[in-house]
Amino acid sequence: MTVLLLLIPAALAIGGVGLAAFFWALRNGQFEDPDGNAARILIEDEE
Amino acid sequence: MTALLKVAPALERTVLAVPSIHCAGCMSKIERGLGVHAGVASARVNLSARSVTVEHDHSLDAHDLVHALAELGYEAQARRDELAPRLSAARPLLAPLAVAGFAAMNVMLLSVSVWSGAGGSTRDLFHWISAAIAVPAIAYAGQPFFRSAWKAVRHGSTNMDVPISLGVLIATGLSLYETVQHGEHAWFDGALMLLTFLLIGRVLDAMMRDRARAGVDALLSQAAQGAMVVGGSGGLTWVEASKLTPGMVMRVATGERLAADGEIVTGASRFDQSLLTGESAPIPLHTGDAALAGTLNLEAPVDVRVSHAGHDTTLAEIARLMEASTQSRSRYVRIADRAARLYAPAVHSLAALTVVGWLIAGASLYQALVTGVAVLIITCPCALGLAVPVAQVVASGALMRAGIMVKDGSALERLAGVDRALLDKTGTLTLGRPLPDPAALLALAPDEAAVAIALASHSRHPLSRALGASLAKWNLAAAALKDVSESAGEGVFARWQGLEVSLSRPQGGGATMAAALRIEGRPVRLIPFSDRLRPDCGSALAQLDRLGVECSILSGDRPAAVGEIALQTGLTAQANARPAEKQAVVARLRASGRKVLVVGDGLNDGPALAAADASMAPGSASDVGLQAADLVFVQDSLIALPRAVRAARRTMAVVQQNFALAIGYNLLAVPLAMAGLVTPLVAAVAMSASSLIVVANSLRLVSAAK
Repeated sequence: MTVLLLLIPAALAIGGVGLAAFFWALRNGQFEDPDGNAARILIEDEE
Repeated sequence: MTALLKVAPALERTVLAVPSIHCAGCMSKIERGLGVHAGVASARVNLSARSVTVEHDHSLDAHDLVHALAELGYEAQARRDELAPRLSAARPLLAPLAVAGFAAMNVMLLSVSVWSGAGGSTRDLFHWISAAIAVPAIAYAGQPFFRSAWKAVRHGSTNMDVPISLGVLIATGLSLYETVQHGEHAWFDGALMLLTFLLIGRVLDAMMRDRARAGVDALLSQAAQGAMVVGGSGGLTWVEASKLTPGMVMRVATGERLAADGEIVTGASRFDQSLLTGESAPIPLHTGDAALAGTLNLEAPVDVRVSHAGHDTTLAEIARLMEASTQSRSRYVRIADRAARLYAPAVHSLAALTVVGWLIAGASLYQALVTGVAVLIITCPCALGLAVPVAQVVASGALMRAGIMVKDGSALERLAGVDRALLDKTGTLTLGRPLPDPAALLALAPDEAAVAIALASHSRHPLSRALGASLAKWNLAAAALKDVSESAGEGVFARWQGLEVSLSRPQGGGATMAAALRIEGRPVRLIPFSDRLRPDCGSALAQLDRLGVECSILSGDRPAAVGEIALQTGLTAQANARPAEKQAVVARLRASGRKVLVVGDGLNDGPALAAADASMAPGSASDVGLQAADLVFVQDSLIALPRAVRAARRTMAVVQQNFALAIGYNLLAVPLAMAGLVTPLVAAVAMSASSLIVVANSLRLVSAAK
């Protein structure tokens, strides 16, 4: 039983971190240009 | 977001539309090329929007940046203000979806332990934790539904969101009561799962519409409309269309469109009015003649004194006609909402009957109410809410891959019922641009064709471009020319292997459009140009006929030109129709009970496109046509028409099957719920199963556009 007191908050915290990360991404314009982000990986760095 | 948008006060921000960006190479070339430009602080390409955001100091303006991009090899235009911050329909739904998904998963985890036998204080604890997660999550993630439902109820109508909102709220309320009372059943998992499923459906639907809209935006000319105005000292300045005033003199170069109505003061040229009136033959205009805004200057630069600008132009008149006719379409009620009108009263009276029935049978008030609420929860239209959007998302995706963009959510519903089609001639049945006569091209010797390609590449004249594009398919190397010069209104002149060569206006200038290829010492080659029917025109019309759609031509062109096309296509035709007359024809047909599809491209088709039950435009259409049409097809072939109609009909067939499946599920589940046999476990399984079946059925539409 006591293990639940540990596991449930742990599960919620991990999920909450994921949710927070998604909100951070949404607010920081990570979803502004999905096509561009996919293409940017192909741009070579300047020498 | 705010952190990114913050700009140091000394810097300005300019957004430029660059339609030709398409790969990572373009992105790095533009960002690096602009980055080293004097005065530019930073440049960032947005590939999804095909635009560049540049931060720069006051020494630069949009025109300098357009020049800088032209040097890099990209055609760019300063964005019109009203187009720049276009809101996405999907973005505001992402956060609610994330919250609903997160909460649904965690609550489901706790519910599984309750279902598998947790009892006593453990069950109470789990219910309380569920409540703590679910109540704020539902309050936040349910807002899109609550708001839409409230709006409908306030206006005395009902839509699909009303039974959804009621189901979710009642399930949450009952679960809270049960939790406080240490009861056995809590329904938080079901309510959250319902929200998650429905939000997924809406996000997909919104994303599909965003993509279609982005595709159409890319076609719209995003240039700030305007003109080079001749100043007092003879200097030229750029003036936006909205700032043009009567009396100003505009210099209109070859290949430019007029920004305002006016009178020609110097020069003479031929003008293409097809977007405005539907007339296909270019009209010669001389000093003193009136020229209309939106017409294309074909031959020589002219000076035009503005007579009407802004709201007084012919263009603005057409815009007013369109506004009036869009209102009639907004009265269309979507099929899901029509279903909800029958569905909501039915399930709500069933729930009431259940309560009354159990009370008569001698149950306690509490037991009767709980059973009634169970009926409402089990009938909460999860599958019904997904039935329409998922089918439309899959069908729109299939159509988009086939080059047909569905702009409006209800367009497929309206298109499916169509039984009458009115087709514009210029630009719709025909390609709407002059093409060189293939027979004349075949008659050219290979070295003559090579000279023609080389000459055509030096001119931006519409005929030169058409000739260049046609000859490019032959894979010929262009001949090496010397001393190339272009004389406006005359042609391109050069030397080739010591011989004088030119591509120019033929002498005499008859009624037909033509270009003359002269090579010193050889006979003059005359290449006639004409507008031609779109490819597959015949088979497309035959297929429409087989689909039961009666077609006819409705054109603003002269009877002779329309008659020729009518003869070629075998359709009946009406010529000389003005924009208001086209609109009246549509209204008359609709009043007699026909469902009318209008296909057109021009400004003159705008009012008819807006008034019809459904409308389509080719990608080459005017901005007005593109904005007024429900569907836009970006391909030359006319086969897009029957393809879209067929896909729309298949979509509606699948939607009806989905409704049948959803109602079948209710026929099974409702008696169980009325008998008081439904537990949260049964509800969760039934809801997911019915939703999955509906989604799976909709996925069959993947090949709808074949």
